[in-house]
Amino acid sequence: MQGKDRVIVVPGEILPKDTVGSEQYLIEADSGKMPVVVGLLDMRGDKPSFIPLKGTYIPKRGDIVIGLIVSQGVMNWFVDIKSPYNAVLNVSDFLGRPFNPMTDDMSKMLQIGDYIKAKVEAFDRSRSPVLSVQEEGLGRIVEGKVIDVDPTRIPRIVGKKKSMLSMLIEETGCDIYPAVNGRVHVKCDNPDMEAIVILAIKRIEREAHTVGLTERIKRFIEEEKSIRGV
Amino acid sequence: MSMTPYRLPVIPSIKKETYLSIYSKGLRLDKRDLITPRRVSIETGVIEKAEGSALVRLGNTQVMAGVKVDVGSPFRDTPDQGVLTVHAEFVPLASPIFEPGPPDENAVELARVIDRSLREVGVIDLKSLAIRPGDKVWIVWIDIYVLDHDGNLFDASMLATMAALYDTRLPDYEEYETGEIELIRDRRTDGLKINHTVVTVTTAKIGDFIIVDPNFDEESIADTRLVVAVDEAKRIVGAQKTGDHGLTREELSRAIDVSMKAAEVYFNALEEAIGRRVR
Amino acid sequence: MAKAVEGLRLITEEGLRHDGRRPDELRPVRMEVGVLENSDGSALVEFGKTKVMAAVYGPREPIQKYMVLPDRAVLRVRYHMAPFSTSDRKSPAPSRREIELSKVIREALEPVVLSEQFPRTTIDVFIEVLQADGGTRTAGVTAASLALADAGIPMRALVGGVAVGKIEGVLVVDVDEVEDGVGEADLPVAAAPDIGLITLFQLNGVLTREELDRALEMALGAIRRIVDMEKETLKSKYQVAGEGEE
Repeated sequence: MQGKDRVIVVPGEILPKDTVGSEQYLIEADSGKMPVVVGLLDMRGDKPSFIPLKGTYIPKRGDIVIGLIVSQGVMNWFVDIKSPYNAVLNVSDFLGRPFNPMTDDMSKMLQIGDYIKAKVEAFDRSRSPVLSVQEEGLGRIVEGKVIDVDPTRIPRIVGKKKSMLSMLIEETGCDIYPAVNGRVHVKCDNPDMEAIVILAIKRIEREAHTVGLTERIKRFIEEEKSIRGV
Repeated sequence: MSMTPYRLPVIPSIKKETYLSIYSKGLRLDKRDLITPRRVSIETGVIEKAEGSALVRLGNTQVMAGVKVDVGSPFRDTPDQGVLTVHAEFVPLASPIFEPGPPDENAVELARVIDRSLREVGVIDLKSLAIRPGDKVWIVWIDIYVLDHDGNLFDASMLATMAALYDTRLPDYEEYETGEIELIRDRRTDGLKINHTVVTVTTAKIGDFIIVDPNFDEESIADTRLVVAVDEAKRIVGAQKTGDHGLTREELSRAIDVSMKAAEVYFNALEEAIGRRVR
Repeated sequence: MAKAVEGLRLITEEGLRHDGRRPDELRPVRMEVGVLENSDGSALVEFGKTKVMAAVYGPREPIQKYMVLPDRAVLRVRYHMAPFSTSDRKSPAPSRREIELSKVIREALEPVVLSEQFPRTTIDVFIEVLQADGGTRTAGVTAASLALADAGIPMRALVGGVAVGKIEGVLVVDVDEVEDGVGEADLPVAAAPDIGLITLFQLNGVLTREELDRALEMALGAIRRIVDMEKETLKSKYQVAGEGEE
């Protein structure tokens, strides 16, 4: 359960005036602040803080996201980044040079159904977000699995000072990249280990609001490892 | 499926400020106060081929209502009653925001609010419309035609409906031995048996103000509207909030109060048009 | 719709209703969220035999690109009755009643949805009446409010709805189909009590000014209780998830 330090709050309820949290999820009322989504009020810190338990990913400039190529334009791709707004990746950005439709074949670069890791270059809600892959480590995802989770759970998968993420990597030896838009890229040498990571991440998503989670997930991974003999 | 309106004209933000500042002096742009409807004129018998008709002008809004009658079968669950049907068309000649096509949700809502306002209190004695109970009854079609839309279609349509019902004369008919009934449309007989008279009053909430009879511009800047149907005995015989915002308890109460008062203006206009008192 | 049976009394001498309820008593209410897998949020709401499901999709890019607003999300709401929800089969084609109710329900939700957070998108609310026994539109608003919150759509407050009826001269809350069929008046109301806003208000029937005030008072009191139940339902979803731990 949540305990008295951490309570589930819902829209319409009044939280203390000094509650901290993203502006996207809190509105000012006469007698305090009101959450606009279901979330957790954590009163263990100096100030009460509001953590949403369900929300929508809104792109921000500089975010590294995992996107799915969903369609192709004349000189760009449209990319589902789990936001209300499909993003655009220009061919010229992918190539790092001007695009020549006579000689460059887009379908040889990226195909519909491909996942990419990309950076949000520009977004202001009036036009589609623009992506870029012109940086080290960005581009098409060629191996591993991509898991979808609610975007609000990503901070919990990372954990305070990356505690959860470090534990997951240490315990499994996998590459794990949680992207802010609610997709986690997992790459393991061992398929059993991959399955364990996926189960662990799904469990973190479900139980993100409960206490003692890191320890519990660690135990879970250890148990699974011994059951599967890895 | 109902959608947030996305084709409405853009209202200059300065316009709302202008309206609010003049409201704070207790006035409207046309020098009216906040709780008096625009000038009403009602003309009856405007369409000879209809069994009843009326044209209402409410400020620059014009609505025509026509009553056509037919002989038909009653509904199974009300065999001894005539049938009343209200239909509204927002024809494209009336406004740049109207499109040709089947009635949209606004036209459907208007027709249904008027239908309920007539039906719930029993404006027309439906039993008097049975020719041979269980077999042949009068079917009364009320068709509301919006001709020029300058706001407040509810009140104008209700007045037109009421005046057209008072104007209605049923056609004569011949009953054959086979049981068939043939109408003789050019010979009119009795009027409808009307038990109650109803008007609706529309108020709009704009900022903190409640105003009566909003015109098109006022409806465009209004947060929300309330339609209240009132009968000759000052009973409330129907109501509907229409619009994308809410009302507080106090605003709702205030809107009903001013509606009851403004109803008098509509009743006066209606009595003048039909040539007799109904209250 | 049920018809009045001659001589049948729906209010007993003790002031109770045909199903034994007091005038201000709701039918047994059941609420559940997250009942559907595909939608972003969903809810099932029951008031007695009335059973209504709602699902929310979005905010998402609209299928028809022109149906957008530059400064806010477009809310699309459909209230629809399943053909088997009524005694006589209801045609699945949308009736005029359903067109009107879709509109008034949308207008009951618009005041609480923070649509300005998602320009150029649509938020879809689909309401299916699975069994109709009176009060389907207000149960629909209640289910939609829960489904929106379950979907994580930002809301100023939760909305709940109930209808007050006048039956044999007595004002009663949460009318069922039998009462609705014979009642002198039916007042469906929806409100967001936490922000003091009435968002749906219809009157079908005849009331005096004084009766209207009392009926509204009863409706708002019941809605307060309904919204409290909504809050408990949303919270219990997460409490169940953490159960058995620590």
